[in-house]
Amino acid sequence: MTQPPKSPRQQERERIRRRQAIRSSSVATASTIVFLTLVAVLVVNSPGWPRVQETFFSPEAFLRSLPDVLRGFWINVQVFLIAEPIILVLGLLVALARGLRAPVFFPLRVLAVVYTDVFRGVPTLLVIMLVGFGLPALQLSGVPSDEITLGVIALVLAYSGYVAEVFRAGIDTVHPSQIAAARSLGLSHGQAMRHVVLPQAVRRVIPPLLNDFVSLQKDTALVSTIGVIESLRQAQIYAAGKFNYTPYLVAALLFILLTIPMARFTDYLSARAARRRGPGGA
Amino acid sequence: MTLLRIEGVWKNYHDQSVLRGIDLDVAAHEVVTLIGASGSGKSTLLRCVNLLETIDDGAIHLDGDEITDVRADVDEVRKRIGMVFQSYNLFPHMTVLENITLAPRKVHKVAQAQAEEQARELLSRFGLADKAGEYPDRLSGGQQQRVAVIRAIATQPRLLLLDEVTSALDPILVTEVLSIIRELKDTGMTMILATHEMSFARDISDTVCFLDGGVLLERGAPDQMFSSPEHPRTREFLQRVLDSGRL
Repeated sequence: MTQPPKSPRQQERERIRRRQAIRSSSVATASTIVFLTLVAVLVVNSPGWPRVQETFFSPEAFLRSLPDVLRGFWINVQVFLIAEPIILVLGLLVALARGLRAPVFFPLRVLAVVYTDVFRGVPTLLVIMLVGFGLPALQLSGVPSDEITLGVIALVLAYSGYVAEVFRAGIDTVHPSQIAAARSLGLSHGQAMRHVVLPQAVRRVIPPLLNDFVSLQKDTALVSTIGVIESLRQAQIYAAGKFNYTPYLVAALLFILLTIPMARFTDYLSARAARRRGPGGA
Repeated sequence: MTLLRIEGVWKNYHDQSVLRGIDLDVAAHEVVTLIGASGSGKSTLLRCVNLLETIDDGAIHLDGDEITDVRADVDEVRKRIGMVFQSYNLFPHMTVLENITLAPRKVHKVAQAQAEEQARELLSRFGLADKAGEYPDRLSGGQQQRVAVIRAIATQPRLLLLDEVTSALDPILVTEVLSIIRELKDTGMTMILATHEMSFARDISDTVCFLDGGVLLERGAPDQMFSSPEHPRTREFLQRVLDSGRL
């Protein structure tokens, strides 16, 4: 049945709602403009502004350093792209290892607990330095000596601990009745995990996982400390030679350009999940 | 022929005994109903039969095998027992068809095409043919519970356990779930039901058991149990149900 023409009362209601919506968006626009103007005025009128403008906002330095910083940034992207899938797999394995109950797996379970405790406790920068300088010092055959690989290993070790905990939290949110239903059908613990628990858990932790991705994208800059010439290092080299810090701004801009799409994608996924759950929740 | 034999089963939670030496024999094709107040141990007994709970004493035999033997393979036992839960417990990330075919495919190693064909057959038999591709959250409670019943019988279990399967449904939806259970009885399915639907219990059961504080106080044919119960506690319980207008 289609609704008959709307009553005058409803038409009036909708007219007022439209007017309110227009008013809200104009207020938002106006307050944003006022706020930004105030900030700009404050910064430009600060006593050190001419100096800052010269060293941080030099268009010439910007253009000159851009190719080098961009080339360095490609290394950041590569480190991220290689590390991320490995982190996902390792994190999931660690999370699953913590859930193993059979006595044979006792050492694995302990290892998983110790691993997450240690690597979530140690600052990422320290992990990178320990791996970057410590591993090659062992002079074991087969241990890579190239800095990028060492940087990836360090990031994987540092981040898998976090990601494992995110997965474990997701697994814990799946209601025990789901496991009971799966087991009552004759599925083994492993089958119940694989077909019933994990698919639900993974869907729920995608937003927090993407948040960790964003964090990882930035932390790829930390591998500069063990000698990888990525964007931050390139900017440093340029800054040291020309006494101009604009390249740092270039690097910052590139990182932002990379993380913003990821952040919006996370928002989109969260919003979609909320819509799916519907008004009453599921 | 006895299909299920429950012998002196005890179950404790912390220091409280919720089952106190339950004895119950269920014959093949028999429908047994467990009635009693909430907390009397009906659900716990069903969960013990399905090995979702470990018992603290006694034994349960299915087809002559002791399934509560600590060396028994629980997955193997559960393959022979179907269970339907109060809150349906359908898998929300799977369609109706996937929910039903999961166990046949993964546990009983039936080929996907064959499993789907059997699932569709069951769905159309119970009036849900058009819901095969839907996700559970698109179905009404009654439809979800019917799918849960189909999921439980898709593996052709020897025994079906139904744990207050209508408690979460409104009166209209209750009837559609009860009719599917009645149909199952006609096919000769052996069932144990825990229920608060007294008139349904009276109608469908071969044996009615009254549980009170973890003890199976009285059992008998439905007519005798509902019209002339022997135990004062049974009479009291049925009177309370009668007073609340549910019989």
